[in-house]
Amino acid sequence: MPYGTDTLTQLQEILGAQNVLTTREDLIAYSFDGTAAMQQLPGCVAFAQTTEQVVQVLRLANATKTPVVTRGSGTGLSGGSLPCPDCIVLCLVKMNRILEVDRANLTLLVEPGVTTLAIADAAAGEGLFYPPDPGSMKISTIGGNVAENSGGLRGLKYGITRNYVMGLEVVLPDGEVCWTGNKCVKDVAGYSLRDLFIGSEGTLGVITRVLLRLIPKPAAKKTLVATYADMGQAAQTVSDIIAAQIIPCTLEFLDRTTIHCVEDFAKVGLPLDCEALLLMETDGHPAAVAEEAAKMEELARKNGAREVRVARDDTEATKLATARRSAFSALARLAPTTILEDATVPRSELATMIRFVDTVAKKYQLRVGTFGHMGDGNLHPTFLTDERNKDEMHRVEEAFKEIFAEAIRLGGTITGEHGIGLAKKSFLPKFAGDAQMRVMRALRRALDPNGILNPGKMFD
Amino acid sequence: MSAGPSHLKSLDYSIVQQCMHCGLCLPTCPTYDATKLERHSPRGRIALMRAIADDKLDVTKAFGDEMYFCLGCLACMTACPAGVNYAELFEHARAEVEEQRVLAAPKRDLIRWFAVRWLFMDLARLQLVGQAMRLYQQMGLQSLLRRSGILSLLPQRLRELEAITPDIQPQFSAEIISPITPAVSRRRYRVAMLTGCAQDLIYSDINRDTVEVLAQNGCEVVTPPEQSCCGSLHAHNGEWTLAQQLARRNLDQFPPEQFDAIITNAGGCGSHLKHYAKLLVDDARYFERAKLWDAKVKDIHEWLVQIGIRVPANARSNRREAAPSEIQDRPSRLPSAAAQQELVVTYHESCHLSHGQKIVSQPRELLRAIPGVKLVELPEANWCCGSAGIYNLTQPDMAGQLLARKLGHIASTGARTVATANPGCLLQLVNGAKERGMKLRIVHPITLLAEAYRAEPEANPFGR
Ligand SMILES: Cc1cc2nc3c(=O)[nH]c(=O)nc-3n(C[C@H](O)[C@H](O)[C@H](O)COP(=O)(O)OP(=O)(O)OC[C@H]3O[C@@H](n4cnc5c(N)ncnc54)[C@H](O)[C@@H]3O)c2cc1C
Ligand code: SF4
Ligand code: SF4
Repeated sequence: MPYGTDTLTQLQEILGAQNVLTTREDLIAYSFDGTAAMQQLPGCVAFAQTTEQVVQVLRLANATKTPVVTRGSGTGLSGGSLPCPDCIVLCLVKMNRILEVDRANLTLLVEPGVTTLAIADAAAGEGLFYPPDPGSMKISTIGGNVAENSGGLRGLKYGITRNYVMGLEVVLPDGEVCWTGNKCVKDVAGYSLRDLFIGSEGTLGVITRVLLRLIPKPAAKKTLVATYADMGQAAQTVSDIIAAQIIPCTLEFLDRTTIHCVEDFAKVGLPLDCEALLLMETDGHPAAVAEEAAKMEELARKNGAREVRVARDDTEATKLATARRSAFSALARLAPTTILEDATVPRSELATMIRFVDTVAKKYQLRVGTFGHMGDGNLHPTFLTDERNKDEMHRVEEAFKEIFAEAIRLGGTITGEHGIGLAKKSFLPKFAGDAQMRVMRALRRALDPNGILNPGKMFD
Repeated sequence: MSAGPSHLKSLDYSIVQQCMHCGLCLPTCPTYDATKLERHSPRGRIALMRAIADDKLDVTKAFGDEMYFCLGCLACMTACPAGVNYAELFEHARAEVEEQRVLAAPKRDLIRWFAVRWLFMDLARLQLVGQAMRLYQQMGLQSLLRRSGILSLLPQRLRELEAITPDIQPQFSAEIISPITPAVSRRRYRVAMLTGCAQDLIYSDINRDTVEVLAQNGCEVVTPPEQSCCGSLHAHNGEWTLAQQLARRNLDQFPPEQFDAIITNAGGCGSHLKHYAKLLVDDARYFERAKLWDAKVKDIHEWLVQIGIRVPANARSNRREAAPSEIQDRPSRLPSAAAQQELVVTYHESCHLSHGQKIVSQPRELLRAIPGVKLVELPEANWCCGSAGIYNLTQPDMAGQLLARKLGHIASTGARTVATANPGCLLQLVNGAKERGMKLRIVHPITLLAEAYRAEPEANPFGR
C-alpha cells in the first residue's frame, strides 16, 4: 500500500474499522468485475453508508491524491469498477435504502446501492412501472446503472436509464455535494449537469442519491417467441415490424449457439433445431396489444418463421424474459472465457452487421455466440475462448477491431450500453474524434483536477 | 490423503476457471445477502479458490474460515447460468483446508475426530451413543438436569448444544423394519432402502414410513439392518479418504445390479450418494459399479413420481393440526375431531434436495396427491434454514438468522404443518419452533403420505 498507514487509519475513523477491508483474501474478492480476463488488486475496500461518509472519504483521497474506484455490484462489462493499483475501492452496496415513493409526482428516491430489481419491485408494489431492465438487474445497482447509462430488454419502446433519471445527488471529487435535477418534468435552468453524470462511469463524481421517474403500469402485455431457420429472416422480421410502425417493448434475438446454452440452463422449452429466435413483447392497452401481437405474428410468419409461440400467461412470459437475461452467462457453459461486445448500428444495418460478425468469426477461426437487443440495433457478439490461449486471445482482439471499424462505417457506435471503461478505451479517440475528446478531457480536469476518480478509465 | 498434495491445484482447471464472475449468483447466496461482502459470496469464494490454484494465495486460516462460513447450500449452483460446479469446488476446498491443517486447534480436532472419524464411521458406535442419549432422556435425567440448574454452570455454547440435542427415537430402524418388506399388491420393483445414520437415530419412524409407502406402491423393499453412513458428512468436511471408504462399503452391501433403485429419503445424503463415481474415479475396482450405483440412487419423491404415485383413497383421516399445547414433530396416531378437514401444508425445500439434486416439483406433487392436503407456497422456500449439516453448531449466529427468517416466512403462510425432507432441516425447524413457542408440526412429506395410506378404509397390512 503506497498511501501511508495514516490514510488507512483515517479511513477507518471515518467508516469504522469493520468497513475497511485490507486482508489479501478480501482484496482478491474485489479484484475484478464482470469483465473477462482483467484482474487487479486494490489497496483497500471501503464501505460508505451515508453521503457524509462519502464526502469525507473523497476529501481524504483528494488531499492525499489517492485514487478512488467507485463500485456497485461489480457486474460491469467494460472494466469500469476494476480497481487500479493501490486505489480505494469505494463500495456502495450498503447504501441500499429506498427513501421515498412520491405517488403524486410518480417519482422514487433511492440510495445508489439499491438493486435494479428492488426498484422495479418497489414500483410494481405501488402499481407503477420502472422499465429499464438490464440482464443483470437482479444484482446490478442503480448507481452502476446510472454511471453506465445501462439499457435493457425494453429499450426499444421505453428507452434506457437516462430517460428515467430526474435528479442526482453527486459528491464531487473535492467532497462538495451537488444536487442536480428535481421533480419537475420541465427544467431548463442552466446546463443539465445531471445528464453529464449519467454515463460518466465513475470518473466525475460519486452518485449518492437517485431520483427516478416512474410511469403507469401497462394494462396488458403479450409475449411471443418466433423461430427461424435463417438469421436473415429474423432480422427482416424486425425491420418489417418497425416499418409497420409498431414499437414493441422488446425485440430480442438469440442465435443457435446461444439458444442451446440458455435452454441447457433455464429449461423453458426453447426449440433447439433453429438458427435464430426472436423474443417479442408488446404492452399497453389490451386492445392495442392484441392487435399488435397479431400483426407481429403475421409478419414473423410472412418472413418464414417456423413456429410462433405465444406465452400462455405472465409466469411463462417472465420465465422467457429471465431465460433471455441469462444468455451471456449461459454462453460460459461452452468456454472458460467469454468476451462479449456491444457494437450497435442503426436498425436498418442490422442484417449487414450480423453477416459481418459471422464472416469475421470464420476469418479468425473463432467460436462466437451472438444475441442482443435486435430492436435497438444493439448486438452482443460473444467470442468463446480461453484466456490462457494467448494466440486465440490475440485473434479475438483482431476480430473486434474489425467489428468496431465496421460498426463505425455503418454509422453505429463501439458501445451501445456497456461503456468504455478499460475494455474499449483504445477505441474511443478514433470514434469520438478530436473535438469531443478535447471537451471531455477539459470537463474531467475541471471537476477532478487531481485525477483521483477512476484514473485510467475511459481516456487518459 | 488421496488427491495428492493440493486438491485445488490438481483439480481440472476448467472447473476452477468456469466462473465468469457475472455476479448473478450473489442475490441467492445467504451469506452474501446477510453481509454484502464479496468474500462471503460464491463469486468471491471461487476467486479465492482460483487464487490458490494459481499460487496467488496460500491456504490461510482466513481461507479456511471462509470455507466453513459457506453453508454449502448450493443455491449458487441453481442460480448460475454458466454451470459452475460449486459443489465440487467446495468439497475440494474444504479437503485442502483439512490437509493443510490451517484451522487445527485441539478442541476442533477432538470434536472432528470424535464425530467425523469415529462416530459416523460406524453405525454400531452411533447407535451406542444414541442408546446412551436415549437412556439419559428416558430416565428423566435430562429433565432433572435441566430443572436442577446444573446445566447453567456449563459454558454458554455447550448449554445451547444440550438444548438442541434431538430426542432419540425409542427404536432404531432395524428394530421396526424387517430386512425385506414385500410389496403390498403386485410386486413391480425391487428396491433397496438406505436408512441413513442421523436419520435412523432421530427419525427412524420416517424410515419406516418410507418403507411402507414404497410397499404400497408395488416395491419390494430390502433394508439390511447393519448399514453404513453415506459419507456426505465426511466429504463435506474435507475427509476425502473416509468418504471413499464408506462409499466402497455401501457398494459392497448394495450391489446396484440387484436393484431397480436404491432409495434415499434424506436430501443431504441423496445429494452425495448420487456422486460415488466421482469419488471413486481413481479406483479401478469400484469405478464401474459406482457409475451404475449413481444411476440407480433415487430420492424417494423422485422415484415415486417416476413410477406413478398411488393416490390414497379418501376416507377417514387421522391427520390433525398441532394441538395448542404441544409442538409436534412426530406423526400422530390418534384420530381426531379435525378429521376430514382440509390440512394446510407448506413445503420447505431442503438445500441438497432442491439445489443439490434439482428435485423441486416432485415433493410438491406428492403432497398434492394426498386427499385433503392444501399446499400453500412458502416464500423463499428454497432458501437455507441454517441447518446445513453441522453448520448450526459451528456458526450459530448465521444459522440463527437464517432460522428466524425461515420461521417468519412459515408464519406468514398460516400453515400449521410444514413438510420438509431432510433430517437436519426437520431438527432445525423443530428446535426453532420450540424456542419461539410456535405451534407447528414439522414432518417429512412421506410421513403424511404414509398416514394417508394407513387411513384408507380397507384394512392394510400396516394399519395401526
Ligand atoms: C449477465 C450480465 C448481463 C448484463 N446485461 C446488461 C444489459 O442488458 N444492459 C446493460 O446496459 N448492461 C448490462 N450488463 C452490464 C452491467 O450489469 C451494467 O453496466 C450495470 O449497470 C453495472 O452495475 P453495477 O452495480 O454492477 O456497477 P459496477 O460494475 O460496480 O460499476 C460500473 C461503473 O459504474 C461506476 N459506479 C458504480 N456505482 C457508482 C456510483 N454510485 N457513483 C458513481 N459511479 C458509480 C463504477 O465506477 C464503474 O465505472 C450486464 C452484465 C452482466 C454480468
Ligand atoms: S458462480 Fe456462476 S453466477 Fe456466480 S459469478 Fe460465477 S459464473 Fe456468475
Ligand atoms: S453454497 Fe450457499 S452459502 Fe456457499 S457460496 Fe453457494 S449460495 Fe453461498
